[in-house]
Amino acid sequence: MNAKAGLSRRGLIKLMAVTGGGLSLGFHLQLGAKTAAASVELNAYIQVLADNRIIIAAKNPEIGQGVKTSLPMIVAEELDVDWQQVEVVQAAINEASYGPQFAGGSRSVAMNWDVLRQAGATAKAMLVQAAAQQWQVTTASCSTQAGRVLHSASGRSLSYGELATAAAQLPLPAADSLVLKSPQQYKLIGQRIGGVDNHALVTGQPLFGIDQTLPGMKYAVYVKCPARGGSVAHSNIAQVKQLAGVVDAFVLAGNGDVGQLLPGIAIIADSTWAAFSARKQLQVTWDESKAAKDDWQQQRSRALAISQQQGEALLTQHGDVAASLAKADKTLSAFYAYPFLAHAPLEPQNCSAIVKDGRCELWAPTQTPQYALGAVANTLGIEAKAVTVHQTRIGGGFGRRLMNDYCCEAAAIAQHSGLPIKLQWSREDDMAFDFYRPAGFHSLQAGLDKQGRIMAWDDHFITYTEDGKTPTRGAGLNSNEFPAPLIKHVRLSQTLFDTGIPCGWWRAPGSNGIAFAIQSFIHELAHAAGRDHLELLLELMSQPTRPAGEGAGQVLDTARAAAVIKLAAQKAGWGKKLPKGRAQGLAFHFSHSGYFAEVAELSVDDDKKIQLHKVTVAGDIGPIINMSGAENQVQGSVIDGYSTMAALAVDIKAGRVQESNYHQYPLLRMPSSPEVAVHFIQSNNPPTGVGEPALPPLAAAVCNALFTATGVRVRELPLSLAGFTV
Amino acid sequence: MTDFSLTINGKTHHLKDVPQDMPLLWLLRDQLNLVGSKYGCGGGYCGACTVHMDGMAIRSCSIPAAALVGRQITTIEGLAEGADLHPLQQAWIDHDVPQCGYCQAGQIMSAAALLNQQPKPSDSDIDQAMAGNLCRCGTYTRIKKAIHHAAEQLAYDATASKGGNS
Repeated sequence: MNAKAGLSRRGLIKLMAVTGGGLSLGFHLQLGAKTAAASVELNAYIQVLADNRIIIAAKNPEIGQGVKTSLPMIVAEELDVDWQQVEVVQAAINEASYGPQFAGGSRSVAMNWDVLRQAGATAKAMLVQAAAQQWQVTTASCSTQAGRVLHSASGRSLSYGELATAAAQLPLPAADSLVLKSPQQYKLIGQRIGGVDNHALVTGQPLFGIDQTLPGMKYAVYVKCPARGGSVAHSNIAQVKQLAGVVDAFVLAGNGDVGQLLPGIAIIADSTWAAFSARKQLQVTWDESKAAKDDWQQQRSRALAISQQQGEALLTQHGDVAASLAKADKTLSAFYAYPFLAHAPLEPQNCSAIVKDGRCELWAPTQTPQYALGAVANTLGIEAKAVTVHQTRIGGGFGRRLMNDYCCEAAAIAQHSGLPIKLQWSREDDMAFDFYRPAGFHSLQAGLDKQGRIMAWDDHFITYTEDGKTPTRGAGLNSNEFPAPLIKHVRLSQTLFDTGIPCGWWRAPGSNGIAFAIQSFIHELAHAAGRDHLELLLELMSQPTRPAGEGAGQVLDTARAAAVIKLAAQKAGWGKKLPKGRAQGLAFHFSHSGYFAEVAELSVDDDKKIQLHKVTVAGDIGPIINMSGAENQVQGSVIDGYSTMAALAVDIKAGRVQESNYHQYPLLRMPSSPEVAVHFIQSNNPPTGVGEPALPPLAAAVCNALFTATGVRVRELPLSLAGFTV
Repeated sequence: MTDFSLTINGKTHHLKDVPQDMPLLWLLRDQLNLVGSKYGCGGGYCGACTVHMDGMAIRSCSIPAAALVGRQITTIEGLAEGADLHPLQQAWIDHDVPQCGYCQAGQIMSAAALLNQQPKPSDSDIDQAMAGNLCRCGTYTRIKKAIHHAAEQLAYDATASKGGNS
């Protein structure tokens, strides 16, 4: 098995941050045929039609996080056009024109805020200049409104459509000459804007990867060893080729990279159903000598067995934990565990591909289309510049489609067969060949002084490695993970378990498990000290955070943290008298630059069935671009968090994932879904993303409420292990 | 392989050489290019493939197309009447329901079947009728609001048309 399937997520974001600046205006917006009518390109993001319609390119993949709407809103705001004039198109995948294009890390808004404002403001300045020249007036005497340049002194006005041709001839204005709007001038940013694809979605139009068709296209499946990394020893492929509807079947050896192409058998047929049917007749003997051997229950037992020891590697320490614990008024220790998880996006992996004359064209629902170029090129043995990726809408990402294995498979099958093909994974393929959220274990110990203050904090974190050296994707613990920078005596250590199961970034990587353990344990400490949880959290946040050292993540701003904690508590009525049987739980977490506090209110019946009545959320991600989209993300994050903590877990035996479909991986359904109230503090910080940071606090908020309601402390997820249902 | 005719969105399709066991979903998607009905699980667990058979919600991934001869099949592409969206489709837009949007055609078809049976559904009617449709993004809150909104719109339209006739 090979762990070099991609850059580390932190590496990826760093790289994109470095290459992300600068507006490229020398390249052209690449549009589909529908906008081939008379139009003028003002820059890579903006095209103006003669009838004053404005085409704006959405640069990043849309996975449901709303960027196909919110990023163009930023352009439209500075361009000063009416949203009704705007049509949004998906931008071509072209790094030279658009810089980094990806959906990950909740980074789209933060990385593109300045670039997109400049794109809009640059085009507006050119349109104003064109009008001023035509009227022979100063640009300062002109203004703009709803896609028109106005000269109020003379009462004249021209539409952008009338000015675009002249504007496009003008030199680009210097970036420092642009005057960007102040927040008070925003007409669009902060409003509730519906998703730009909503009409197409509710009428069933083809938008997704799975909906693509190519002339002469055939349908492919790719069958791999259920223990990750096994290869084909024998098969009845000759018989399969004879089946009705089957066009071809062949073995691919793979290229040794789990993120690209594993060994397997391709079956190509006249329809998806014919391919699925033929697959049922396929018999394969797998060579599992190099395959994964993982056993989840053994790993879980081993983690418990070593939990009392120190971790193999020290991540950070300050003060003297041992001495502080020895003289503490009270000490508490607890062992927290969470399982491997699948992403299970509703659209199973798929990709359509043509390989012809040394070139490859892909239609792919990928979160990292620019990485797909390199991965596919490497798989095919061609240059990256010979690969074109057409970005499709994506039926759920959650981090799964940061990996491009299914793109490489489609390309390899198209290359080998010489046919245009659509590769279609089954749901069972998706469950068996995910890049899973790594399981994790925290052996926590803390000491309280006589006043109930947390003086010492020790976390032995047990996590996974694929290369034997470093935590795998989404498996690390930052040296400044909360609350370490706020406690006097701290030790964070780590033990790595080897795994042959490829892991991946799952919505709010790291934080999605860490927050459950840490924010639950802090509630345990508050309870042990006889203190109000809210008061203890606010005490922690009343001090400035320590400067970050080596291995640190983003630095927590304790004032912003305190503000959202207070707001969530206030909006939820923290401390109020609740109806009999109801209890509230609180949790906070900082991740992906976002500050989120949540209060869960629930009751539990005698059969341990939980009813989660309401979750009150307070968040600070700076100014909100699209209020409707942001609220939707928070509501969805809470429901995703609840769904996951309630009953989701991936079990592994003999290197094989045991769950095969949604009946064994029971996502939350509507009757169990809570009411979610969302409150934002629109602080005066640069805007950041909201696809991830509202998820991590949820599990701890629910577990803390559950403890208050029942006295049962849940230290291992999912809740179903302790007999709870939702 | 078998030949038969199916009525889909009011149009009759004469189909040849269809595998006996081919589910309606793959006939719609691969042969008729009606791709609004989605493949999510193939086992009737997720509801992304929901269509109507004589006005009732069915999972098109789990019913052979050949078993539907003589039935009226409606897919998401046939829910609107021409350019006039079904009130549920309009409510989905008004409430900005979708995130990734992949499940939403199936959600709307289940909701439309519910409103056929129960024009004024309660919260628990909605929970019950929609429990077979998964939304991985968690848009349940907005789906429920949109269904109530569409039901009100349908009731208003019914009253208005009665008033118009009297």
